[in-house]
Amino acid sequence: MPTAFVPTSLPVRIDEELCIADKGCTVCVDVCPLDVLAIDLAKGAAYMKFDECWYCMPCEKDCPTGAVTVDIPYLLR
Amino acid sequence: MRLHTHAVDVLVVGGGTAGPMAAVKAKEANPALNVLLLEKANVKRSGAISMGMDGLNNAVVPGHATPEQYVKEITLANDGIVNQRTIMAYARNSFAMIEELDRWGVKFEKDETGDYAMRKVHHMGTYVLPMPEGHDIKRVLYRRLKRTRVAITNRWIATRLLTGTDGRVAGAMAFDCRTGDFHIVRAKAIVLSTGAAGRLGLPASGYLFGTYENPTNAGDGYSMAYHAGAELSGIECFQINPLIKDYNGPACAYVTGPLGGYTTNGKGERFIECDYWSGQMMLEFYRELEGGDGPVFLKLDHLAEETISTIETILHTNERPSRGRFHKGRGTDYRTHMVEMHISEIGLCSGHSASGVWVDEHAATTVPGLYAAGDLACVPHNYMLGAFVYGKIAGESAARHCGAVSLAEIDQAQVEAESARVRAPLLRGEGLPPSQVEYKLRRMVNDYLQPPKVTRKMEIGLRRFEEIRQDLDRLWARDPHELMRALEVHAIRDCAEMAARASLYRAESRWGLYHARVDHPARDDLNWFVHVQVRKTGDGMTCFKRPIEPYLVSVDEHEQSAYQNTRIPRDSRRQSARETHSTST
Ligand SMILES: Cc1cc2nc3c(=O)[nH]c(=O)nc-3n(C[C@H](O)[C@H](O)[C@H](O)COP(=O)(O)OP(=O)(O)OC[C@H]3O[C@@H](n4cnc5c(N)ncnc54)[C@H](O)[C@@H]3O)c2cc1C
Ligand code: SF4
Ligand code: SF4
Repeated sequence: MPTAFVPTSLPVRIDEELCIADKGCTVCVDVCPLDVLAIDLAKGAAYMKFDECWYCMPCEKDCPTGAVTVDIPYLLR
Repeated sequence: MRLHTHAVDVLVVGGGTAGPMAAVKAKEANPALNVLLLEKANVKRSGAISMGMDGLNNAVVPGHATPEQYVKEITLANDGIVNQRTIMAYARNSFAMIEELDRWGVKFEKDETGDYAMRKVHHMGTYVLPMPEGHDIKRVLYRRLKRTRVAITNRWIATRLLTGTDGRVAGAMAFDCRTGDFHIVRAKAIVLSTGAAGRLGLPASGYLFGTYENPTNAGDGYSMAYHAGAELSGIECFQINPLIKDYNGPACAYVTGPLGGYTTNGKGERFIECDYWSGQMMLEFYRELEGGDGPVFLKLDHLAEETISTIETILHTNERPSRGRFHKGRGTDYRTHMVEMHISEIGLCSGHSASGVWVDEHAATTVPGLYAAGDLACVPHNYMLGAFVYGKIAGESAARHCGAVSLAEIDQAQVEAESARVRAPLLRGEGLPPSQVEYKLRRMVNDYLQPPKVTRKMEIGLRRFEEIRQDLDRLWARDPHELMRALEVHAIRDCAEMAARASLYRAESRWGLYHARVDHPARDDLNWFVHVQVRKTGDGMTCFKRPIEPYLVSVDEHEQSAYQNTRIPRDSRRQSARETHSTST
């Protein structure tokens, strides 16, 4: 069965300048209840991988460098 | 997908609110026991209280209420359909639990003399205890888990329970949503505490994860208990909440009400007497929205600056802290704007209404060795403190049970069937994406089950859910994360079918909007003053009646009206709005 990739705008942004995933940090990935964040090994930074967000904010609250910003998902905004 | 087998004494499935308490209490009851807490997300930030809580909705504090008064209040709030023994067990242990949490470091609001600063929100008694600094609660629980040396696994998704040939619980099966590994956990006793079925209806926004409940709670526990042969109860008493429109989170009237906020219609008139969430209150809310007097708002703009900044601090840092961001995006300032409200899609949750796995006052389900606690367990209006109290009861019961039994034998046929079901979506090279099937299923739930309930519609709904059952065999997952979503769709479908069948079975109306049946508009105590149970039998999903146990606390005829007359008569509305205005500013 054919499938397509449909782009969606993601609510969580990570400031790659501030992110210290290259030093081994995975805090935001660890705490997210929906498991939607991941580390991009090539960039050494966290990113949002799945558009399945409860806009609950542990990722932003627990990030040690303030690299995470949670927006309200577009459909709700 | 590698296969691992483990053996423990007590397995707790779900590490949100009730789960950590159950694990700690099982271990404290007998430190020699091997206790494993198995969690889909990460115990540090999982569940409904991920970011803390605004307050206790149902604290029974001496000097403010007695256990007997509380039992009566909830009996009335739930239109009589309660097993009072379970509510009494909660009420009697409520205060000791507050004191214990307080000792552990959870912060509750106190007055100048150091007493708990109780607030009145319910119709009759005073049960709300604010927690303006309640954001630390998960950290406090995590410390206790570490101190008592409970073993923890994160990112494991439990999918089915195992039962032995003698019918008692034998273990659970789970997979790791990062590696895809399959785990069999043998256990002497299991506590299920996987929370509400929060992804049942589709939010009006269309966003699958824009739910009131933490969407990690997809109803997995309801489905697991059902397939293990446990009785479920009150499924037809849906959860529907009055929420901030589109944001779909609480506004939250229990915080703002005692400070002078209230719900109004589009004309600025107050139309409900009391903001305590009950089915009757929701019906009035629904009528106002659907009638010409909508939309409905939460009104705070008459309050003093000091009060408003207190409200902002609580609502924008606790529980659902992104509320502030949402209001900012829309240009809503509590000082100058009312907050537009709406009613939510349906869910199943005994924490708020009454749908859950049937338990007795020891948290025991009808399957030997299986206990349940929290939103998943049928103890009506149990909320967060109820999750803690029943977590404790379940943990202690499970520890006791371990003393009397050995591990049940595992039935290999069950293991093989389940590992095949779990593996299947990964093995398909193509098929239906889980998100699409979930969207369609939940949209059908809205179309056919959202109250007011119509017989013909629910019958069609059942046919659609049957068709979607066929689609489950075409679900395709490209990685273990998508596999988690695919298996959640199985659970959501089970919950949808239970919701339809239980609603069709109860041929009367009860609980206001929660079970408003257009074809049976009246309450019928003669035939339906009973619990409606759902259970898996050889014939599939079966509904039957369970009689109400004799009450411990009797309810007088005249008291019954407290929750039935929640609407403020039209001619006295303006005046009541004025009165509130003058007393609160
Ligand atoms: C937004 C919101 C506001 C609320 N406000 C209040 C309030 O102010 N006062 C109050 O008293 N109550 C409030 N409540 C209710 C209260 O929070 C809940 O009743 C209580 O926390 C439920 O606890 P629980 O343990 O049953 O569920 P949860 O705490 O949600 O825990 C369930 C856990 O199970 C895990 N899980 C789910 N499926 C699986 C699986 N298949 N395998 C393994 N783990 C799984 C989840 O990840 C989660 O950690 C609120 C609830 C919400 C959602
Ligand atoms: S928590 Fe912050 S620093 Fe750590 S990986 Fe995430 S974004 Fe980067
Ligand atoms: S807001 Fe919540 S769900 Fe969204 S990415 Fe952050 S932790 Fe995950």
